[in-house]
Amino acid sequence: MNDIKKTRREPLTNTQLLMTITIGIFVVMYLIAMIFLQGGFLHAQQIFDMLNDNASLIIVSCGLTIVMIGGGIDISVGAVTSLTVMSCVIYLNNGGSLFVSILLALGIGLAFGAVQGFLISYLEIQPFIVTLAGMFFARGMTTILSVDPQKAEHAGLTKLSETQIEMNWLGYKAKNGNLIPARMEIGVVIAVLCIVVVFLLLRFFRLGRSFYAMGGNQQSALMLGINIKRTRFLSYLICGLLSGISGYVFMMHTGAGNATNAAGMEMNAIASSIIGGTLLTGGVGNVIGTFFGTMTLTTIKKIVVSSGLNQPYWQSLTTGGMLCFFILLQSIVLGQRAKKKGRISKEPETAETVETAETAKDAEDDETAETTENTEPGKDA
Amino acid sequence: MNVKDKKIKFFGNGIGQMTIPIIAICLLVLFNLIRDPSFFSIEIKNNTYGNTVLAGNLISIINGASELAILAMGMTMVTAACGGQDISVGAAAAIAGSVFVKILKTPAQISAGTVIIAFICACIVAMIFGAFNGTLVAVFKIQPMIATLILYTCGRSIAYWINGGATPTVESGIITSIGGFIPGVPIPTPVIIVIVTGILFKLVFHFTSLELFTQSVGINGSAARLNGINSTFIKLLSFIILGVCVAIAGSIGVSRLGLINHETLLLDIEMDTILAVAIGGNNLGGGKFKIGGSIIGAYVIQTLTITLYAMKVSSTDVKAYKAIVIILLVVIGSPVVKEKINRFTIRMRSSKEQTTVKGADES
Repeated sequence: MNDIKKTRREPLTNTQLLMTITIGIFVVMYLIAMIFLQGGFLHAQQIFDMLNDNASLIIVSCGLTIVMIGGGIDISVGAVTSLTVMSCVIYLNNGGSLFVSILLALGIGLAFGAVQGFLISYLEIQPFIVTLAGMFFARGMTTILSVDPQKAEHAGLTKLSETQIEMNWLGYKAKNGNLIPARMEIGVVIAVLCIVVVFLLLRFFRLGRSFYAMGGNQQSALMLGINIKRTRFLSYLICGLLSGISGYVFMMHTGAGNATNAAGMEMNAIASSIIGGTLLTGGVGNVIGTFFGTMTLTTIKKIVVSSGLNQPYWQSLTTGGMLCFFILLQSIVLGQRAKKKGRISKEPETAETVETAETAKDAEDDETAETTENTEPGKDA
Repeated sequence: MNVKDKKIKFFGNGIGQMTIPIIAICLLVLFNLIRDPSFFSIEIKNNTYGNTVLAGNLISIINGASELAILAMGMTMVTAACGGQDISVGAAAAIAGSVFVKILKTPAQISAGTVIIAFICACIVAMIFGAFNGTLVAVFKIQPMIATLILYTCGRSIAYWINGGATPTVESGIITSIGGFIPGVPIPTPVIIVIVTGILFKLVFHFTSLELFTQSVGINGSAARLNGINSTFIKLLSFIILGVCVAIAGSIGVSRLGLINHETLLLDIEMDTILAVAIGGNNLGGGKFKIGGSIIGAYVIQTLTITLYAMKVSSTDVKAYKAIVIILLVVIGSPVVKEKINRFTIRMRSSKEQTTVKGADES
């Protein structure tokens, strides 16, 4: 009872707070780039370019956010994306139809999600190991399919990937006086659709709320009557499905399959989710935040490139530095809030004694998550 | 009677921690022996430097897994204490290797003293980076994987910067003997280094209570704190120990090739290391651990890789087959399957006992 009252009194939950910080920093960073770097940043096309290039990353990050909210991790997403691209391209080049290739992409994603989800939730194997093996398997399969880059030669696909949404009112005048409209690829529309669907799922559906409850405190979720195993299975299934979709979007963007496609995408996706305010401990996170996390990550890369720091190491150095900044910020902000709450009631200590070794470790690792766990599902329930 | 008791206890406890890795390595060896009986033959050869050395698949497995085994030892400590894994070991090893080479290149002549100084410097740098990760994990209470993601992202770039983007080579008899064979000793030097590191760990565990403290911090940090264990320090220490292991592995990696390539040195080894820890039967959520299990896990992975190479699987495709074997291993080792097997053995035993009791009554 007391708990519910407390959350009502509070203006923001942890999820919202972390998300607000990310959005704020993104806006500030972009404004600074507009003022000091000008150039491309003044045109709307810059944002659309960022979206076009990162549509698949955004989709993958959505899936990863769901898994991370549920307290798990999936590092196979990048490899599954790569495998989807390669198999779809090869299928299309051998005279397959566009519709079946979409089914193929979804099928590969679902298959990976289902197998990994089954191993993780029903056989209780650590998610890191299972998805690591999944990553190895998908990467290996990609090279078994083809070591050489494959270019897609399919009329339908070319048509699909060349279809762009042009917005004249957001365009700008080029030097020769022609109006260049802002262009957006179909992949971006799919990405936005994915964000909306995942957002609605997490916000208004029982399944989505179960993810939060499960990630927050597995024991409590079990006592609430949530089928933990099925919920966890579904979280990996959705993540796998989104990886498949992301693979198709990736293919539409690049139009070629390559063994090194989407290399390091899983880590970028994890970084996006974290910058967007999702905690790896589970129970806290929002897909809108993840979207802005991806955009922040891309913006910093664009800024680095357009500031003339073109050496290859600058991008990763700045990305690392920014990750460090965000992670510390989250830790400090959440730590402060936990302290404030801790003064009112000291709950975390009692919960630990009952729990199994696995959940006890979570509680020990940071009390910050513990307190958020208790309030988060309670708020909407 | 005593032997019988022990037997019952062995089965009664179910599958012990070390059973899975040992079964795995036995299966792999058996598979290889059936496939090619001469797979494990060891021969004595003269190498290009004129030393008498051991050669053969077995030696190359044990030799090749050296870096992995050393990293797995350190990773086990981190896993046990923090309940998470360090994914930056490859990048950190690249940094340590770069520092190692940087110091080696400073004087005109490379003497034994230079190598020792270079190694100590590499150790210090790796320990500083370990302490950085450790501080994030222990003091700021960030999940280890997230905290080390920072160094994973930018570690190789730092390594790039240390040697100015070049890939300098080191030519010295001492370095070749560290990466290969010491004249007069037929065993590869990296293997000796692994054995020495293992003994050092054993000695530390024997003379200090580090093992107990690490376990208790891993099982329940708050409880350990209430019992007077400084859990922050233990977590930090585990990362620093891993830092030392990283420096050793990085130096071996550099010595093997005689050059530092910051992009490819120990590439992707973090995933293999975590796998080694998991195959070794250690709980990735922290708590009880056995270093020996991780070392066997490292050899399992290397045996698997070499076996696949021997079967003419190309190096890019190896990952897919590796993944299948790994999944099989973890499925056998999973708690649910373990419990089912346990229940099965118990049922078998009880039914056996019943029959024996019946037999006793009748007689």
